[in-house]
Amino acid sequence: MSEYWNDVIGGSKSLLIGLSITAREFFKPVVTEQYPWVVPEMTERFRGHIELIKDEKTGKPKCIVCGMCMRGCPSGCISLAGKKPEGEKKKALTKYHLDFTTCSLCGTCIESCNFGAIQFSKDYNLASTRKEDYIFDLLKRLEEQG
Amino acid sequence: MTVPIECRQDETFVLNLGPQHPATHGVLRVKLTLDGEYIVEAEPVLGYIHRMHEKMAEDRNFAQFMPNTARMDYLHALAFNHGYCLVVERAAGIEVPERAEYIRVITVELNRLISHILWWAAFLLDLGGFTPLLYAFDDREQVLDLLERVTGSRLTYCYFRFGGVYNDIDDEFITGTYAFIKRLRSRMPTQYHALVTGNIILQKRLKGIGIITEEQSRRYGCTGPVARGSGINYDIRKNEPYSVYPEFDFDVPVYHECDSMARYMVRMDEMEQSMRIIEQALDKLPDGPVKAKVPKILKPAEGDYWASVETARGNLGHRLVCDGKKNPYKLKLRSPTFCNLSCFAEVSEGMLLADALAFMGSLDLVIPEIDR
Amino acid sequence: MDTSIWRPILYLIGFMAFAGLNAAYLGWCERKGAGRIQRRTGPMEVGFQGLLQPLADGLKLMSKQLLVPTGVDGILFRVAPILAMIPALTSFAVIPFAGNIQARSVELSVLLLFALASIAMMAILLGGWASGNKYAVISAARSVSQNLAYEIPMLVTVITVVMITGSMNLQDIAVHQQGGFWHWNIFALNKSILMPISFIIFFICSIAETNRAPFDMAEAESELVAGFMTEYGSMGFGLFMMGEYLNMVVGACLVTILFLGGWDCPFGLFPGVWWFLLKIYILLFTVIWVRWTFPRTQIYKLLNLSWKILIPFSLVNLLVTAAFIKIF
Repeated sequence: MSEYWNDVIGGSKSLLIGLSITAREFFKPVVTEQYPWVVPEMTERFRGHIELIKDEKTGKPKCIVCGMCMRGCPSGCISLAGKKPEGEKKKALTKYHLDFTTCSLCGTCIESCNFGAIQFSKDYNLASTRKEDYIFDLLKRLEEQG
Repeated sequence: MTVPIECRQDETFVLNLGPQHPATHGVLRVKLTLDGEYIVEAEPVLGYIHRMHEKMAEDRNFAQFMPNTARMDYLHALAFNHGYCLVVERAAGIEVPERAEYIRVITVELNRLISHILWWAAFLLDLGGFTPLLYAFDDREQVLDLLERVTGSRLTYCYFRFGGVYNDIDDEFITGTYAFIKRLRSRMPTQYHALVTGNIILQKRLKGIGIITEEQSRRYGCTGPVARGSGINYDIRKNEPYSVYPEFDFDVPVYHECDSMARYMVRMDEMEQSMRIIEQALDKLPDGPVKAKVPKILKPAEGDYWASVETARGNLGHRLVCDGKKNPYKLKLRSPTFCNLSCFAEVSEGMLLADALAFMGSLDLVIPEIDR
Repeated sequence: MDTSIWRPILYLIGFMAFAGLNAAYLGWCERKGAGRIQRRTGPMEVGFQGLLQPLADGLKLMSKQLLVPTGVDGILFRVAPILAMIPALTSFAVIPFAGNIQARSVELSVLLLFALASIAMMAILLGGWASGNKYAVISAARSVSQNLAYEIPMLVTVITVVMITGSMNLQDIAVHQQGGFWHWNIFALNKSILMPISFIIFFICSIAETNRAPFDMAEAESELVAGFMTEYGSMGFGLFMMGEYLNMVVGACLVTILFLGGWDCPFGLFPGVWWFLLKIYILLFTVIWVRWTFPRTQIYKLLNLSWKILIPFSLVNLLVTAAFIKIF
């Protein structure tokens, strides 16, 4: 019988405590971010898809087309090609495609690059209805960035 | 509350709970034979999210399997990172710098904390309470921001590397973590315990429901909070210490009631213990490198290796068989929730549908980890 | 004005508008209230502070096809949502909003309201049964046992009120409580010492009768997906939702009239319809607040609460009230 009264009185008390907590929360300010109107800033190490880095001196990509990133990638989503221009010693990058549909943003490519030629971008607004839109031409992207 | 199981065959019906159902958190399917609302037979059906991770390990080199580990238990991804690193490091004989070990412990415990917070939120959702979910996500978001600062991602981390971690933690992370712990400690008694734990409705729904006896728990190989809720003092961090866990002072909460409430309380207490570990680790954090020099392509010697870690859900074992090549000959995972789920069929017999779902929630299932 | 023909038409339009607005905007209030409690903003995009959200939802529901799945009982499936809406609408005919705002003063209006409330339960039963869905059938069975269990304490507490006022007419009950809050039935301690308790019992029962959380056994989305509404889409679903909100309004009106003095002002100033509305919206907000605070109960725990706690308490309450009336 005492358990019964415990349930009735203690139970009602616990319910009132619960109500008082939610009532207090009701008057506190909102904590959510109004996403499309307030755009969050990505942290320094945020992992977006990868992008090429430009060599400030020459204005060309730092990449020397060694292919380490391509071999290191677990999902095989990087495909690149390079050509040796006439009269130069080093290869120049002619194609750098990232198949973002299979990329898992692990960062193996960035680690395997010995020349610091690729980095994570800060892009997160990626939405499309077509699969082809996720095959990024990173060379073109670098040119567009100017 | 149970009913006599004897009932006529023609009075039962089969209810397919899942693979798409709000309470199964993913794609678990449970074939229930019901008599009214009482469960006569329950049969979990797995395989809806099987992605052959173990097979994938065999045709990649060791480092390339790293991102896969986070995709199994997406709620405690860093523990899976840790388990895999540990077994490969044992195989290849890699020494991990002390600072890296500390960072590993800090991040794994933070991850355990938010795994438990998310479980709490989802569990309350199973019980029909919506508001706790949002309070929990408010806290979880703080940790996700902290971990994003360090690891670069928010859910499927790929942060650990053989012989260390991807990159170092900074001062802002350290102060942020202290601040978060202070904040969570202040919110714990109100938003968590007063609003939910003490609530009569919750207590009535969890006490005495879903009793997994100690014997059953041992028989099915339950680990983690499920075993500790059944009175078994078993925690890999204490029983088979790895990393730098022996250096920290923490308790293993054990409850002997064996019911859903016991499992609930174990997890709530573990959150406090995780916070204690993080605080100690941050206080003692040594200087030094965060990554040992490790060749890019590992070729461990032939042999059979084992390493287990304690995830938020229990004992995660990695068994690695190497044949001297650059990829594993075989990698076998012993995942905790697979064993924890296996007792569901026996325990849920004779339960009410609503109780069975509350019981299922208290097991803390992460389906991709069961199927792998 | 010739009252004979205009009066019913005016009241009909008035109540339809009141009911429609309430059904639409209580949904908005609920979402906003839940948002504030959970420290979100709630709907914000459609109109200022999302004020046009109910309109957008209504348009969306109406533009969808009313899908009747194979294997359902066609007639009952279509009738059930209407049946959920009609009794709640009809109830407004006898509710006195103020001394002179009442469509029809019926002598046994309390009884009529309870009869209509039982029809709302039928809607859930029929909808669940006709759907031919296992979740829906379980939900229908739950809702019947729940409603049966909660009607008993509800009626027993109403008897105490009827004993105090000596009438079953809502108008009379409200008039009886005029003249300041110390005359209200909830505080009528001189008539029966347990009146506050009977108010609490009645309020809990009215939440349970309208299938609101924490007693929403029939919907229980984490167990039964959406219960009796699982197979409904478009306006079928919309009518069920509107019916649910209207039942809440009727429940709040009933609590206000039986216990909180109807349109009476707590301090005896300016009695009128605004006090009535203020009281029902406070009650409705409490219902929303309760929903977003507690987890759901379980069907047997719910029945235990009714049979082991509410019914004994209401019976004791009845006896005490009878004794008080006899002695004083």
